[in-house]
Amino acid sequence: MTRFLLSLLLLIGFGAAKLPFERKLSAQDRSALGGHWRGGAFDFDLREQAGQFGCIAALSGFRSIVADVLFLQAHVAWEKTQWGRVFLLLSGVTTLQPRSILFWDMAAWHIAWNASTAALNDQTEPRLALRIKAQREYFALGKDLLERGIRNNPEAPRLYESLARLYKEKYHDHERASEFFAKAAALPGAASYDQRFYAYELSYVEGRERKAYELLLRLYHAGEKQRAPTLVSRLKFLEDKLGVARDQRISDENR
Amino acid sequence: MGVHSCRHNLTIEMNENHHISFSVRRVLAIATNTLIDLTRQKVFYFVLIFALSLIGSSVFMARFSFQQEFQILKDVALGAMSIFTSLLAIIATARLIPQDVEDRTVYTILAKPVPRFEYVLGRLAGVLLLLAISTLIMSVMFLVVLYGREQAVLHETARQMSSLPHEQLEDALRAVRSSALNIDILPGIGLIFVKACLLASLTLFVSTFATTNIFAIVVMVVVYFIGHLQATAREYWLQQSNLGWLKRAFLALVALTFPDLQAFNLVDDIVAGAAIPLTLFLNVAGLGVFYIAIYTLLAAVVFYGKEL
Repeated sequence: MTRFLLSLLLLIGFGAAKLPFERKLSAQDRSALGGHWRGGAFDFDLREQAGQFGCIAALSGFRSIVADVLFLQAHVAWEKTQWGRVFLLLSGVTTLQPRSILFWDMAAWHIAWNASTAALNDQTEPRLALRIKAQREYFALGKDLLERGIRNNPEAPRLYESLARLYKEKYHDHERASEFFAKAAALPGAASYDQRFYAYELSYVEGRERKAYELLLRLYHAGEKQRAPTLVSRLKFLEDKLGVARDQRISDENR
Repeated sequence: MGVHSCRHNLTIEMNENHHISFSVRRVLAIATNTLIDLTRQKVFYFVLIFALSLIGSSVFMARFSFQQEFQILKDVALGAMSIFTSLLAIIATARLIPQDVEDRTVYTILAKPVPRFEYVLGRLAGVLLLLAISTLIMSVMFLVVLYGREQAVLHETARQMSSLPHEQLEDALRAVRSSALNIDILPGIGLIFVKACLLASLTLFVSTFATTNIFAIVVMVVVYFIGHLQATAREYWLQQSNLGWLKRAFLALVALTFPDLQAFNLVDDIVAGAAIPLTLFLNVAGLGVFYIAIYTLLAAVVFYGKEL
């Protein structure tokens, strides 16, 4: 009994000694994970999304496996076009694995593209206004997913690019689209086309044509690889719109 | 057979080392015997076969885009490694001391005389060797599966994109390669092994005062779950000042007496794409070694006082 109490005291003493190191390690870990803390990164809405067993498993160190299982379930729900369930499951996936860019991107794509199109074409709802309303709500949910994904992974160009695409194709907001393509292009590991897409989107914004023209011209002079057909056509369009002098225009061979 | 071989080895040791207070060779003799004994247990093969089946089948679990496929493959395979090494550590260690007391092997060994600390250390070293072998086998299986799938995807991508310019094809192949094997996975696997070693040493400590192996296993399952929430309890205890004394005492007890097992789950974030600095790996491994040393010491302290 005495030895048991002695070992318990030793255990507590050791516990007190290890605390500062554990806390330091936790801070180091959090900083490596972009502000996340593995120990308490998720809220208890997870209980609804992952089920009781899934929630216990997630809290017991099997977070990534539970996220994968939920992702597979979301895929099945997507095949059955159960959009509400898809959203619920994907929210769980992103809650469990907030550092996985792939999950944020896929979740936003399912909701803002697939679910919104399904809502607009929903044959069970005869009123167009309500179908459009539902479609817009899915756009907003997709946008929210991408914004949260960016907050969790501010260094990931792919999520900025996806948000830019959402603004461009769903909201037809070229100014916001250009802003996010520019943010993506400024990050390490960005795709080579992000800079071009930034300039394309800017070329549609009223009052920003001069800036877009300068960007496109710089890309045009950067080499043959940048001279994509869209770049040349947007450059020509801006030359006409801005009234650029004939001798300063790009070669007509590219027209 | 195992007992006879252990007695024989120890007899040789005793003759060669006339009552040396600590002998590495005696510890090694016990460790080797423990390893041989454990590898003769069917449970070891069952656990290993289940783990290898799960790692192998992870390749068939999902056929999405290659990024999703690789992510799920790595998550499932590394998750299986983590679960099965932890399980093996607990099951293999929990039976050692209660079994030795029950079949009276412990009397024969300690009567040689072998100091109790050497006995505890030797038993633990045997389990750690078993865990090292299992982790190695599982890692090889995982790397073979991942490499095989990577080659298949590379071949498929090259075939699908053969008509595109060489530069675009190279980009696509590079993207496939970067999604498959991330070098950070290897230290991540190292931490899975350290976590299993920690659980083995803690199980040994629990089994020194447990009367049956079932009791030790049940206690360890509870410790395993609480250990993963220790960091939450610790932060709550240290950061929240408006808690009642009972809550604070409970949280303090959890924070002080349980290991922070969540700290060892770095592979989750590595698979998700987070870059983990080497210093973090080393610090976590250092914490693991510290835990192992303390739990082994505690096991020896309790075992010294055990009436046999």
